Amino acid sequence: MLADKDRIFRNLYGRHDWRLAGARSRGSWDGTKQILERGRDGIIDEVKKSGLRGRGGAGFPTGLKWSFMPKNSDGRPHYLVVNADESEPGTCKDREIMRNDPHLLLEGCLIAGFSMAAHTAYIYIRGEFLHEAHRVQQAIDEAYEARLIGKDNVHGWDFDIFLHRGAGAYICGEETALLESLEGKKGLPRLKPPFPANVGLWGNPTTVSNVESVAVAPDIMRRGGAWFASIGRPNNTGTKLFCISGHVNKPCTVEEAMGVPLRELIETHCGGVRGGWDNLLAVIPGGASVPLLPAEQCQNLPMDFDALRELKSGLGTAAVIVMDKSTDVIKAIARLAYFYKHESCGQCTPCREGTGWMWRVLSRMVRGEAHKREIDMLLEVTYQIEGHTICALGDAAAWPIQGLIRHFRPVIERRIDEFTARAKDDFVLEAAE
Amino acid sequence: MAVRRLAEEQPEGFAFDAANMARARREIAKYPPGRQQSAIIGLLWEAQSQNGGWLSEPAIRYVAEMLGMPYIRALEVATFYTMFNLHPVGTVAHIQVCGTTPCMLRGSEALMDICRHRIHHDQDHPSADGRFSWIEVECAGTCVNAPMVQIGSEVFEDLTPETFNRLIDDLDAGRPVKPGPQVARHLSEPEGGPTTLTDPSLYAAAAKPAAAPVAAPAAPVVAPAPASPAAKPAGIAAPRGGRGDDLKVLNGIGPKIEKTLHELGVFHFDQIAAWTPAEVRWVGEHLAFPGRIEREHWVEQAKALAAGKGA
Repeated sequence: MLADKDRIFRNLYGRHDWRLAGARSRGSWDGTKQILERGRDGIIDEVKKSGLRGRGGAGFPTGLKWSFMPKNSDGRPHYLVVNADESEPGTCKDREIMRNDPHLLLEGCLIAGFSMAAHTAYIYIRGEFLHEAHRVQQAIDEAYEARLIGKDNVHGWDFDIFLHRGAGAYICGEETALLESLEGKKGLPRLKPPFPANVGLWGNPTTVSNVESVAVAPDIMRRGGAWFASIGRPNNTGTKLFCISGHVNKPCTVEEAMGVPLRELIETHCGGVRGGWDNLLAVIPGGASVPLLPAEQCQNLPMDFDALRELKSGLGTAAVIVMDKSTDVIKAIARLAYFYKHESCGQCTPCREGTGWMWRVLSRMVRGEAHKREIDMLLEVTYQIEGHTICALGDAAAWPIQGLIRHFRPVIERRIDEFTARAKDDFVLEAAE
Repeated sequence: MAVRRLAEEQPEGFAFDAANMARARREIAKYPPGRQQSAIIGLLWEAQSQNGGWLSEPAIRYVAEMLGMPYIRALEVATFYTMFNLHPVGTVAHIQVCGTTPCMLRGSEALMDICRHRIHHDQDHPSADGRFSWIEVECAGTCVNAPMVQIGSEVFEDLTPETFNRLIDDLDAGRPVKPGPQVARHLSEPEGGPTTLTDPSLYAAAAKPAAAPVAAPAAPVVAPAPASPAAKPAGIAAPRGGRGDDLKVLNGIGPKIEKTLHELGVFHFDQIAAWTPAEVRWVGEHLAFPGRIEREHWVEQAKALAAGKGA
């Protein structure tokens, strides 16, 4: 288990003061000026050395992303945008950072913003997080008052932080949709290229980073990239907030080392799977968008990017959704299909039409009201959606269904058999449009 | 995609009141000149709250004009973002029940059944008396505290059918309600206390310079520290009527702290409600959580609960 001294989120549970004084006593805003004095390249090199991979789901190396911003300004302002639109089902980690340790995020904003020559940061927070927005705003006010940020602040780099609230749209967690939303439009993802680092917010160079990625930056700078890289294994370094929900005895959010075995994670912090480890049916290891894994693949499963990718799943946002043997797994995935149908922005036809189609077919399969050949048809449709849309929501809608068919096809078939056995002679199948 | 249309019956007009106008101006000032359109979500939020929890067509038009943007662009935004209610909602509570898989696995369907029976069979229809309405929403981001509902700015987590029914009863009767987890649990900690962040040396810098080093909490404080301007509250030997209140109802009190309070002779809400600042300080230090009682407003919570019980 990760030692307490190696934890970054030392007020994860809000047992201590979240305000500036409390944050300072835990080490925030300490020597920030010296960190900035190391220069843009010094900061980016240290973050690269730490091996930090983006905590928003895709796992893109953070230092590399920050280095994409133009080195020499062409007169356009640079922007840092923090993605606090945390809405991946199963994920509730950024919420804890924002309500219990907002100064970690603000200091991270200054460091990240400086490293990309930005004088302005926008924190885009999801509309549901009212308390969290209030906390972050209070922390911003405190930081302005203490002249940690703002014009002529003590760090010598003019920096403004603004909070921008969303209003309930999952798609705005996609970086270009987030920028559209920040510009006051519908959150429709943009075609890339051009990438935001060249043409982002209002056409200016912009980098969008997840809350957790930004909030760990100050600790990486203070303790050194080598410290962060010493936790976990190569290419999967550092600590990570895990949110364990579903059928465990004590669901919780906890900071652990990357690569912690799933079983240890659940048994140490969550009081085990409901009904014991052998009662485990399946796990969604990284939020709704990644394929589930059946229990037999979970026995010695390290929770990191590469290990999960080898099993055709992913770490995503490290939101572990646990399902015990009482779960109707078809229904659990059908509900996720409904989620994607509801949250599709409607811009690309494969996603707009496909998510609804998949949900309707899966809803019939929950009852068993389907033909077995429709399982293959459904699988084929998921491949026609995957990769054929502007953003990754189409992929995210397809993957959980592919995982279901990959690992639980016999369950679907049995359900169809049972329904057919019960069906009356006059039973007619409905068309699936 | 969700199909969302404006309500058929619309009020005559809309205009921000003075307070919201000031807020709207602050919102617009966050963005560079000429980019005021960025403020539309913020302004629609203000309009929705002033309009009794839903957005009317005149309100959307008013905001569009204020930001100098085409009306259709504002309408697009209002219909795209699902937290903007386009129909009137319950005057007491518009209950948003999360129905996505993590909540479903832990029993959100039972909560929606309660809504169907007690409020209206269909979502987005106010109850007969217009006081309540409900809607199934997608993941609200409190998955480790599932199942949950959100009502206005408050979230109610770790619900069961019993606690959810009681919540609706309390709202209906105008009694105070306690947001956050509805079981003995602190925020997103595992139930029964944290498994991490238990090393007191992490917070050594936070302790007052005069305080004794970390060893202090380990030794049970037998006599109250006489030097500090803190006073031990007078306890009672046994709960009145043989049964104390469930102190765990207070946000911040778990089974362990409740036990300590019992040892101090504190069994009832009104006892906590009557604590003086000096007593609060003493208890905080005794629990080894100085400042926490003030931070978590135990006394105010207890006052509300004591009043609610008497009523």
